[in-house]
Amino acid sequence: MNREFNEDNEERTEMNENNYSEESYDTKKERKLVVPGEVIEEGDDYLPGDFTRKEGNKVIANRYGLVEHNGRVIKIIPISGVFEPRRGNNVIGRVEDITFSGWMMDIGGPYSAFLPLMECPRFINRNNIDEFAGIGDIMAVKIAGVKKGGIDLTLKFRGLGVLEDGRLIKINPHKVPRVIGKEGSMINLIKDSTKTEINVGQNGYIWIKGDLAGENKAEEAIQLIVRESISSGLTEKIEKFLGGKE
Amino acid sequence: MTSSYTKRIDKRKFDELRPIKAEVGIIPNADGSALFAFGETVAIAAVYGPKPLHPAHMQNPERGIVRCNYNMLPFSVTERAKPGPNRRSKEISMVAGNALASVIDLERFPGTVIDVEIMILQANASTRCAGINAAAMALAQAGVVMKELVSSVSIGKIDDKIVQDVIKDEEDWEEGEGATDIAFTMTSVTKEITHLQLDGRIQTNRFMEAVEAAKNACEKIHQYQIRALKGEKIDETK
Repeated sequence: MNREFNEDNEERTEMNENNYSEESYDTKKERKLVVPGEVIEEGDDYLPGDFTRKEGNKVIANRYGLVEHNGRVIKIIPISGVFEPRRGNNVIGRVEDITFSGWMMDIGGPYSAFLPLMECPRFINRNNIDEFAGIGDIMAVKIAGVKKGGIDLTLKFRGLGVLEDGRLIKINPHKVPRVIGKEGSMINLIKDSTKTEINVGQNGYIWIKGDLAGENKAEEAIQLIVRESISSGLTEKIEKFLGGKE
Repeated sequence: MTSSYTKRIDKRKFDELRPIKAEVGIIPNADGSALFAFGETVAIAAVYGPKPLHPAHMQNPERGIVRCNYNMLPFSVTERAKPGPNRRSKEISMVAGNALASVIDLERFPGTVIDVEIMILQANASTRCAGINAAAMALAQAGVVMKELVSSVSIGKIDDKIVQDVIKDEEDWEEGEGATDIAFTMTSVTKEITHLQLDGRIQTNRFMEAVEAAKNACEKIHQYQIRALKGEKIDETK
C-alpha cells in the first residue's frame, strides 16, 4: 500500500516537471500557515503533494506547516515535529548500547539506529568494540538505509567518525537549514567568532567543541537562531550578538 | 409544567461557552504543546514522539500507538486530589487517547508511540473536554500527520434545558429532571463523533438535540484552535 502511494507521488512530480514551463499558476504566493483539515485550495487546477490530500476538488492539509505552490502541485513544508530519517542524511548520534556486532545509537526520530561493526572503516577487535566508541560517545554518522522499524548507519564516508570531547545540543530538526545558513554562512560566522568546532546533524543534534566560553557563546547563538528563525535580518542579529562581548 | 432552570447559574446563554483561553507552544521541551481553558477549567497538553516504544511487546508492527495520560494535579480542585493514576483518570486517559487516535495517521510509523500528556491545572467540570482540545492542538503543533483536528465539548441537560459547556454547579443541579451531562468529541471538519460519554438520563429526541448543540459548540471551539495554532494567544478571561 505504501509503495503504491510512493509511486503515485513520483508520477505527480514528473507531471509537475513537465508542466513547469506553464507559468500561468502563481508560484510566488506567500506561504500560508495551515492546520490539519484545512482546505488549502479549491478547484481542479491543483494536485496534492506532500502532506496534503484531495477530497472532491479540494486540496486539504494533513499536517501543520507552510504551504508551498509548485506549479499545480501543492505541498506542505513541516515546521515542527520529530526528525524523519532518510537515506543519505548526515546526522550526529550518541551511543546508547553496544552489542556484539555494533553500536545502538540515539539519533532522535521514531526509531533507534544501528551502526554495524562492518560499516566501520578501520579494523576493530570484536572483543573490544568500546575501544572505538563507548556508551555515551558522540559520532557523526550517515544514514545508510531506513527499513521498517529500524535505521542502518554507516561510517564509510568522509568526515564521519567519533567526535571527541565537546558537547551535544538538540534543536528542532526543521530549523537546521537556518542554523547552517546559505552555503554555511551562518554556521561559519559562529565558528569563526567563537573559535569553536561545530558539527550540525540533519537530525537537529549539534556537536560543539571549543573553550568553555566559546562553547557557551555558540550554544546561545544557536538557540537564538532557533527562537528567531522566522524573523528577517537574522544574520545581522547574530553578528551583533556574537560581536557584543568582545 | 414550568421549568425550574430558566437562567444559567453563571448568567451565560444556554448555547454560550465560557471564556476561552488557547495557546500553543507553552512547553518548549515537548515536540508539541498547548493550553486550553474553558473559564476556570484549565488544561495543558504535551506531545512527544513518534518515538521508539518500550517495552517492545507493546509495539504494534502494523501501526503506531497513542499513549495518553490524563491527570488532575493535586491543587486543581478545592479538596486536594491525591496524585497519581486512579480509576477515573485511567478511564479518561483511555477514551481521550481513542478520541485522538482516530484522526492520526498511525500507519506512517509502525511500532512507535506518540505520548500525549494531559494535565489539569484547575478544574470546574469539562476537564476531559478541555484536555482533549489542548491535546489536539498539541498534536498538530508536534507535526503529527493527521486528517483533521478534534474538538471536544460537554453538553448538559439541566432540568429540561440543553446547555453548552457545563460547569460544576450545573452538574449538581437536582431540581426538575435533574442534570445530565454528555461529553462529546467530534472531528473538527466532518463532525464525526470520536468520543461520547453520557452521565445521567435523557430522552431520545432530546439526545439528538444535544448532538446538534455539540456540533455547534465544536465548530466554535475549532475556530479557537485554528486561531491559536496560527500563532494567536487567545485569552477571553480578562
